[in-house]
Amino acid sequence: MNLEKVVFAFFIVLALTLNFGFFIGDLDDPSHHNIYELFAALVVSLIATIMKFGDRAHIGAVLLATSLVADLQLVAAAVIWTITEHATATGMTPMMMASIVSLSGGALLANITSVIILVTETVMFRR
Amino acid sequence: MYNIIYLLLRRMRVPLIMVILAYAISILGLVLMPGMDDQGNPWKMSFFHAFYFVSFMGSTIGFGEIPYPFSDAQRIWTTLAMYMTVISWLYAIGALFSIVQDKAFRRVVAYANFAHEVRRIRERFYLVCGFGDAGQLLVRELAEHGIRSVVIDKNETKIHSLQLEELRMSIPGLTADFTDSTALVTAGLYKPQCAGVIALTDNDHVNLMVSITSKLLAPEVTVICRAESHDSQANIASFGTDYIINPFDNFAERFALMFRSPSMYLVYEWMTSIHTAALTEFAAPPKGTWIICGYGRFGKAIQQSLSFKGIKTVIVELDPEGTHAPEGTIKGRGTEAITLHEAGIEHADGLIAGTDDDANNLSIIMTSLHLNEDLFTVARQNISSNDAIFEAANIDITMQPGRLIGKQIVDMLTTPLLTEFLRMAIMQNEEWANVLVSRVAGVLTDRTPESWAMTISTIQSPAVTQLLRRGETVTVRDLLTDPREITASLPCVALYLRHQNHEELLLPEDETPLQIGDQLLICGQETAETHMRWTAGNSHALSYICHGYDRPSGSLWRWLSARRSSRADN
Repeated sequence: MNLEKVVFAFFIVLALTLNFGFFIGDLDDPSHHNIYELFAALVVSLIATIMKFGDRAHIGAVLLATSLVADLQLVAAAVIWTITEHATATGMTPMMMASIVSLSGGALLANITSVIILVTETVMFRR
Repeated sequence: MYNIIYLLLRRMRVPLIMVILAYAISILGLVLMPGMDDQGNPWKMSFFHAFYFVSFMGSTIGFGEIPYPFSDAQRIWTTLAMYMTVISWLYAIGALFSIVQDKAFRRVVAYANFAHEVRRIRERFYLVCGFGDAGQLLVRELAEHGIRSVVIDKNETKIHSLQLEELRMSIPGLTADFTDSTALVTAGLYKPQCAGVIALTDNDHVNLMVSITSKLLAPEVTVICRAESHDSQANIASFGTDYIINPFDNFAERFALMFRSPSMYLVYEWMTSIHTAALTEFAAPPKGTWIICGYGRFGKAIQQSLSFKGIKTVIVELDPEGTHAPEGTIKGRGTEAITLHEAGIEHADGLIAGTDDDANNLSIIMTSLHLNEDLFTVARQNISSNDAIFEAANIDITMQPGRLIGKQIVDMLTTPLLTEFLRMAIMQNEEWANVLVSRVAGVLTDRTPESWAMTISTIQSPAVTQLLRRGETVTVRDLLTDPREITASLPCVALYLRHQNHEELLLPEDETPLQIGDQLLICGQETAETHMRWTAGNSHALSYICHGYDRPSGSLWRWLSARRSSRADN
């Protein structure tokens, strides 16, 4: 067992699970979507990205790309949340919540791709 | 092949993760800590405020406690977070600097820059392997002629010296192992613009390796190779290397020429001297006994050509058995008076210091001049930075292998016509050489002549071809006339004319008419070239020289002058 591989897989899967946890629930209901969960998903996703840095193999490059997509989507969601809460008079509205959650849904897809690639690579090695 | 960004990212992984974790923990802690707003109501920071606060705290900017004064719980957490974020930042920045200064990383950066520079080359260039004395001279002179080169050397300081050198164009240089074929490929071996590979290291085996690699990977590329021993010369020639240059053989040949035809030797010296060198005086060597100190590759070549000319030689060698020195060789270094006495220095006429150590060579010369001050001295100078001491030692002829090779290759690449001319000239007799020397000397001041070639073609001499197409005759004299003052001629001499049908003329007469496709070799003062090229390119100047008056060029003036001349006829 390789500790590096464990840590690597741990972060990738954790990014997916946290993202899923935030995403699940009614699309426009703020009470179904916890901000701490979004924060955790974003941080773990960033860490996962950095762990994929510097892998020159083709599969490594695809993994990095999916991770970057997830980061982008989650950062966009966080920025929208910040702007709605702090820079608009209305505060959080169901419409804004829906767009935040759908952005995180996009990140979820990217994270799923990541995990699929990870699993495929693992299966191919058969070790 | 190497990717700098990947390498940087890979090595920044741990520091970056540390920074993200420190930030995440600090932000989360601040969000959880209970605080109070300005009305005294319980209040907790939002993620936005926490991120804002940690951002300026972590980078030690510090705007204060925003938006409300902190509670003690928040301050306790801030104290912790401060140390955490600042340390993680310092760690990340330190790591970044240490990577950038890392030797391996810098080598990768240099390699990538080099590859990028080579990729951008759009003109013809030569790949020079080895940036020693010969390589430096070659690259410098090629740059003077506007020809680019790409340099590889295994010694990093040599490449640094290339970057410090002020050349007319940027020359990419790479520190790499010559035997590594990928380095040659990165240096542009496969590029269609690569005109040739020049292997100039001081190691015959490395040169062999470079030549064979280039010939295998890019068969159509010209390969020029330096070789110092005869067996590697044969080996290098065996797989089709285009030119092999042996500095010792070349010098020995020229040395022999000095005995056979002093004028011809002078011609050679002048034509092949470096760019605007001072004109040397010529002293004919004595034909008595010569002492040769050092029977290595240099000594052997000299001894061979001297004995071919029937000149008596005495050899002084430290290791006569190892070098297969002939009978009667005196054992010793030649730096001591005893050995030189034994060799008969008092009765000798000439001395050759030909060991591979500059200090020994100088010592031999000094000691023997002390014993016999009428000696004609020849010294081998191995390192070009010793120029000043060799000059001060008052030596009649100094032979520097690197300079000899460098200059020969430059001539071969820039004026192939000159090589051709010298090959023909050497077969002429002494009188012919005398005529040549007096003609060339007549146009010179105190600098050695420059030589240049001119082709009669629309690109190089549009005015000449225009006139020839019109059916007029242009002679060699017309080109040699000063365009500013047509009764005077430029300070230069036409040496060699080659017609398109390979008919060759040495020292063409002034009246020789030029034809389209002719190649003309001219030598003289550097300024003459500019004027000549101007004449050849400017049809007004040329027709003024040919006809003696300005030809009307506009259609109106042409019509007017035609009318006037027809009236005059009537």
